[in-house]
Amino acid sequence: MSKIGLIIKREYLHRVSKKSFIILTLLMPLMMVALVFVPLWLSSIKGSDVRQIAIIDTTGKYAPLFEDVDNYRFIQSDKSLEEYRNSPDKELYAILQITDDLLTNPRAATLYSEKQVPNELSRIVNQTIRAQIEDDKLATFNIPNLKEIIQESKVSFNVQTIKWGEDGKEQISSAAVASVVGIIFTMIVYMFVLMYGAMVMSSVVEEKTNRIVELMVSSVRPFDLMMGKIIGIGFVGLTQILMWGILSVALFTIGGFFYAGSLGTDMATLQQGMQAAQGMGAAAEMQPGAELFAMLSTINFREIGLFFVIFFIGGYMMYASIFAAIGSSVDNADDTSQFMAPITILLVFALYAGIYSMENPDGPLAFWCSMIPFTSPIVMMVRIPFGIPLWEKLLSVVLLYGSFIGAIWLSAKIYRVGILMYGKKPSFKEMIKWLKFK
Amino acid sequence: MYFLEAKDVVKQFANHRALNHVSIRVPEGKIFGLLGPNGAGKTTLIRIINRITAPDSGVVYFNGRESRPEDIYQIGYLPEERGLYKKMKVGEQAIYLAQLKGLSYMVARERLMRWFDKFDIMPWWNKKLEELSKGMQQKVQFIITVIHEPALLIFDEPFSGFDPINAEILKKEILELKQAGHTIIFSTHNMASVEEICDEIALINRSEVVLSGNVSEVRERFKTNNYTLHLRNSLTDMPAYCHILSEKERDGIHEIRLHKEETFTNSALISDLAKQNEILSFVEEIPSMNDIFIKVVSDSNSQQS
Repeated sequence: MSKIGLIIKREYLHRVSKKSFIILTLLMPLMMVALVFVPLWLSSIKGSDVRQIAIIDTTGKYAPLFEDVDNYRFIQSDKSLEEYRNSPDKELYAILQITDDLLTNPRAATLYSEKQVPNELSRIVNQTIRAQIEDDKLATFNIPNLKEIIQESKVSFNVQTIKWGEDGKEQISSAAVASVVGIIFTMIVYMFVLMYGAMVMSSVVEEKTNRIVELMVSSVRPFDLMMGKIIGIGFVGLTQILMWGILSVALFTIGGFFYAGSLGTDMATLQQGMQAAQGMGAAAEMQPGAELFAMLSTINFREIGLFFVIFFIGGYMMYASIFAAIGSSVDNADDTSQFMAPITILLVFALYAGIYSMENPDGPLAFWCSMIPFTSPIVMMVRIPFGIPLWEKLLSVVLLYGSFIGAIWLSAKIYRVGILMYGKKPSFKEMIKWLKFK
Repeated sequence: MYFLEAKDVVKQFANHRALNHVSIRVPEGKIFGLLGPNGAGKTTLIRIINRITAPDSGVVYFNGRESRPEDIYQIGYLPEERGLYKKMKVGEQAIYLAQLKGLSYMVARERLMRWFDKFDIMPWWNKKLEELSKGMQQKVQFIITVIHEPALLIFDEPFSGFDPINAEILKKEILELKQAGHTIIFSTHNMASVEEICDEIALINRSEVVLSGNVSEVRERFKTNNYTLHLRNSLTDMPAYCHILSEKERDGIHEIRLHKEETFTNSALISDLAKQNEILSFVEEIPSMNDIFIKVVSDSNSQQS
């Protein structure tokens, strides 16, 4: 096996067999899924104790309307409010007093309780009474079938956005969905470039402070050592992304099956939605959930996935080589901060540029930031889901890959000198001098 | 025949010249001492021999021809600053480093097992390096240096960090390696060990070779023609070519230090003295490498400044 292969293998195996890596890789998707499903699950759990609410209704009109629900039981009562106040009934949770016709006197209903009344209870009470008042009110107009007429005239409106495909085919599109997809991929690129770039740096610093580097460079070229490390750690990153992707999809599918029933989205509507997205015939009657699926299906995930890998590799290689050069020129991890700051600012700028590009994915900020190699891997991921011309994507890739090869070449020169320099913290000026060393 | 030769090597760093026309010649199968004070340029020269850095000018000849990149497989290097991967298991790590020196997995493993047995550290094969004592880490490092059985071995301060017992084991191993035909470059400050094991030396001071040659030859060159004698009685008839430096008496034995002119031989001196005196001991004061080191370095420093 070639030396660089050996180094890649060691870096990779050493890292993926670490307990911390395995735990993080398995735990992260679980946490993501838990973040979505646990609140859903918790909200679906009903309190087990049944609370009793007494209704003192002097009109006699409203009390029969209240129906018992899971954890509230409504009782019609003949006692007066005073009696309840003087001899509190421990069984009772609250008392609803209605003293007058609520159509003419809306303030005639009051809910008494010794505790803070939960929103759920006041909502039930409000809904029940409101429905009756509405009916009463409508009845005062003396128009037959008025209720049905109003029901008929209620509409909800949301403009449909349709994207013309290159073959003229119409597709439902949504800027919101494209933005969300874009920002997710952008965050992933940003996070991994920073995380794994820093990992390359600390690994270089570690080899240097361990003093193993002197031994290493007596058997391998410094360039092989640096590239082996960058590539090995890059594979670790790709492994983690892949694992997270697979695990998340699997867990969400499993979670989705469990909740499909309770959330009222059955698989048939989803499939119908998918088909409708292609044909666009039945889009109007589509359910909201199915529509979301239709919109997601207009996003070309195969293309995004491909460019994600391309830009991830380019961005990672570019920043990792810079991080490696920094790591090589300092003696210990504490000294990295002065060099880290500009890099971090650059990355954070790229992230913000990406977020603002969402508003106007074809604007000048978005365009230029997706061409400049330092920001392109991050900004481009925002723009791709919106669909941009092929030449822009290719130009950006060529610029990025050209610059990362340049960055590696320069970094290798600094690295080669830096790893054997001990004692003092170099300045940028000195690092530039190193470039000229033979 | 010289196994390794550096000719007229110059290495310039930004503000100072680390090596100024340095030439050394290392004979095959011998132990060559590379001496010099800190910062003299020894490590830079070793790095050039190891092809870690390139010289600005000058050539290194390896085994009779110009040094080539693949020659590094023929070199085993024990750097002064030791270090291995702390978090990696010892055996795994040793195999990895041996593979980087060009051994196959199977060969590396088999040879390592043998060495681990020899040094009695087999139980630590599956331990992380950081769990080992410093002495054991040094042993592991030594094994890694010699595992690919290179023709040329470079030891930079090999005894630092070893306790006397382990230093003795190491010295034995180094001499065994010499017996087996390896050429060894040995860089150290410990002059006692130089006298003991080195055949040839080169002394580098301020980027230049200030002294080189065979160890006994060098010592011969620096001899002062001073002698220490123990006599039964006080010295009476003194030859004209001598003068006494000091004399003291204890328990009836006279200890005399004297200086003789170089043109007269030791035998002449002994026979002249033996005529009237009972000689108990006769020792020519040959300077130690330590004395020579200090003398040469301070002389060359005072010349330059």
